[in-house]
Amino acid sequence: MLNRRHFLAGAVTTAALTVWKRPAFAAASTDSRLVVVILRGALDGLAAVPPVGDPDYANVRGALALGAAGSGENAALPLDRMFGLHPSLTGLHDSFKSGELLVVHAVASPYRERSHFDGQNVIENGGTAPSGSADGWLNRALLKLPPNPGRRELGLALGQNVPLILRGRAEVASWAPSILPNAGRDFLDRLADLYSDDPALSARLSEAVNVSDMVEADTSMDAPASAQQPKNDAMRPARDGFARLRQITANAGKLLAADNGPRVAVFDATGWDTHANEGSSQGALSPRLRGLDEALKSLRTALGPVWRQTAVVVMTEFGRTVQINGSRGTDHGTATCALVLGGAVNGGRVIADWPGLRTADLYQGRDLKPTHDLRAVLKGVLHEHLAIDPASLGRDVFPGSSSVAPLTGLIRT
Amino acid sequence: MVNSKPLIAAQRFGLGARPGELSTIGDPRAWLETQVRGPGPTPPELASLSDSATILGGFLAARRERREEKKEGGDPVKQTVDLIRKQIVPHYLAQVEARTRIAVNTSAPFHERLVYFWTNHFAVSVDKPVVTGIAGALENEAIRPHVTGRFVDLLLAVEQHPAMIMYLDNELSVGPNSRLALMAARRRPDPKRKIDINENLGREILELHTLGVDGGYTQADVTSFARVLTGWSIGGGQGLLAAGKPGAFHFRENAHEPGSQRILGRTYRESGQEQGEAVLRDLAQHSATAHHLATKLARHFIADDPPAASVDRIARAYRSSDGDLKTVYAALLAEDAAWNPAPVKYKTPFEFVVSVLRAMAIEPPEGKKLAGSFEVLGQRTYSPGSPAGWPDTARDWDGADALMKRVEWSLAVAERAASVRDARTVANDAFGDAVSPATARAIGRAESNAQALALLFMSPEFQRR
Repeated sequence: MLNRRHFLAGAVTTAALTVWKRPAFAAASTDSRLVVVILRGALDGLAAVPPVGDPDYANVRGALALGAAGSGENAALPLDRMFGLHPSLTGLHDSFKSGELLVVHAVASPYRERSHFDGQNVIENGGTAPSGSADGWLNRALLKLPPNPGRRELGLALGQNVPLILRGRAEVASWAPSILPNAGRDFLDRLADLYSDDPALSARLSEAVNVSDMVEADTSMDAPASAQQPKNDAMRPARDGFARLRQITANAGKLLAADNGPRVAVFDATGWDTHANEGSSQGALSPRLRGLDEALKSLRTALGPVWRQTAVVVMTEFGRTVQINGSRGTDHGTATCALVLGGAVNGGRVIADWPGLRTADLYQGRDLKPTHDLRAVLKGVLHEHLAIDPASLGRDVFPGSSSVAPLTGLIRT
Repeated sequence: MVNSKPLIAAQRFGLGARPGELSTIGDPRAWLETQVRGPGPTPPELASLSDSATILGGFLAARRERREEKKEGGDPVKQTVDLIRKQIVPHYLAQVEARTRIAVNTSAPFHERLVYFWTNHFAVSVDKPVVTGIAGALENEAIRPHVTGRFVDLLLAVEQHPAMIMYLDNELSVGPNSRLALMAARRRPDPKRKIDINENLGREILELHTLGVDGGYTQADVTSFARVLTGWSIGGGQGLLAAGKPGAFHFRENAHEPGSQRILGRTYRESGQEQGEAVLRDLAQHSATAHHLATKLARHFIADDPPAASVDRIARAYRSSDGDLKTVYAALLAEDAAWNPAPVKYKTPFEFVVSVLRAMAIEPPEGKKLAGSFEVLGQRTYSPGSPAGWPDTARDWDGADALMKRVEWSLAVAERAASVRDARTVANDAFGDAVSPATARAIGRAESNAQALALLFMSPEFQRR
């Protein structure tokens, strides 16, 4: 609903507004921060976290195989005796070494077909079927948290629009960098008035104004307060996709670090559908992984001390075929890896009940077989990090998942 | 808000009224049906565009040249980026500009909207560099000529267009028992360089272009169909791949997997290129395809969640007419639900921009500025980022930040166009007497014509169709 108090504030001076925006409240609903990253297009888990210690790995992966740590220029970074990390993921490797990165491997959602779009629906709606749910599990999780003071939205979508995972009854904000001059307060007040009989548009406008206030209040983001002023470079959307991702995570970090700001944020990255020329240490996948690695690094930097209270979950709709296809890439598969990282994470290890890579070990003779349920990882994080009780996780957040026990020990106590 | 039928025709089925358009509509259904009677004349805006074979052939040749130079040193990444910027992006910008000019000026806006609908149905995305120069060519060469014809012809044209072949990686899909594979194995046995199929095109044809994800196919059908499609490629490679016109669709007999394949319970005997065409013809006739296409059309024109009865009737028209699209559109226009007086479809960024330019009767800016506008508003042209195309439901577009971007864009455009036309006239031309009292009041109280125009563009009646 439209926050009238907020729009009335528009009538007073900018100086007064700034005072109003300062966090004069007690701490928000929770001190923990959760960021969910959706990799759209199906990340090849066998490339990101290669099982270099599996005796069949080099053979089944052929030209895409990475070597064991220390084996030369195509070598993986070392994790443990079984697993390595793709050499583009140097920042994540540092996180692993400092105990802040946890990998769960051979993990999959309950979805067992191979459509990207249905697969993404399932990891976002939190159910077992791709359709039939118009809201997302992360929005339902927000409803379990005590509200923020000042009625600020607890959830933030880092993009112009809200992805399914964050849609639902809890109001959420969205933010993306812009090249255009900001709208002036007077215009927004007039528009709010014009929308007063239109609940949908007026809710959106109110959410948008709240976020732009947060951005303006944050002097480090340095956005101009009025219309007609050109924006500075920090606010212009970057041209290159990876730079844009870094820009989004850097600003997201600042918004999340605010005392009365959002507690949960979502962003996504595309381009993981590596059907052709996937490559090993070089190729189509490697620059994407490097871009992700750098984006996560910039998120960490921007969060500053709040990183200690943060968990980031990186997930994808499914994995890719174990065998290479005819164009030196991989086709749609089943199990893959999920990453949990952050200062709050009890990391430095790989959780895997490794199914093996021989044809008889594979799901339908072609894909890595799932031995962990992605919902167990997500429920574990929501329970230990955001203190949501397992009963409501099994009933409301991930309906029909009460038999899927949350993984424990993911978050430091 | 209650809209009259001519206004619905112009707003929901068209692209937003240009000045004077509402009074020329007459019988709204007849106005719309006349627009889809045939393919119509080729828009003159397309005359200056290069064709896909020229653009793709040139790109592939230049890329090959750079790769050879790379062996002699030089920065391959920088050179490719350079190549795309200098040689490919100008084609992309020319296509975006032509498309928008047509949309802004056309007097057959329903026909144009259907072109965009099918382009989105058969989505390719320019974030794949090899597609950047030819995505617009797919629309103009494969989609435009068949929008008022039979679906099967549209399907065949699209799946044999170089943009679709390249976007879904089929040019690299080679049958493991094809002559090419056997020859390569003899010449250079290398277990690390496996020659095999690529499932991408086969899967997306079944899932997205024809049957739909619940259309009843299996993984085995996907794999068999991918084998059938081996050899559907692009001409003018090197060595064993030299045959065919460079940059154009070419069936590589020597890459085709020999033998019969079984798909959806039917056996397709080996017949080269014809084998894949036979599968496509059967897919176009399948009742799941009729249902899938009817659902998407109803979602685009009736409501995000269209009534099942309307979908069924449109699907029936598809089946009984053997997929004749004119008949399907007529069935859509016969639905009462399509004439719901309340505008329920939230405009996409492209629809929003085009309707503003039409209402103002101003020409779009040159390609680079125009492409920048669509990008700022969250919908870079020909760039849905996935083969599923842009979603056609409001919840994917109506984010708070997206609304703020529209506000900022409206203000910037209104500022520049304030001297062109008076906001009250624009409102009256675009909506007749259907301007809501709230919008009329906001316009009347605005402090300047620029502010009044921006409020009009952002008004609920302008944001929905």
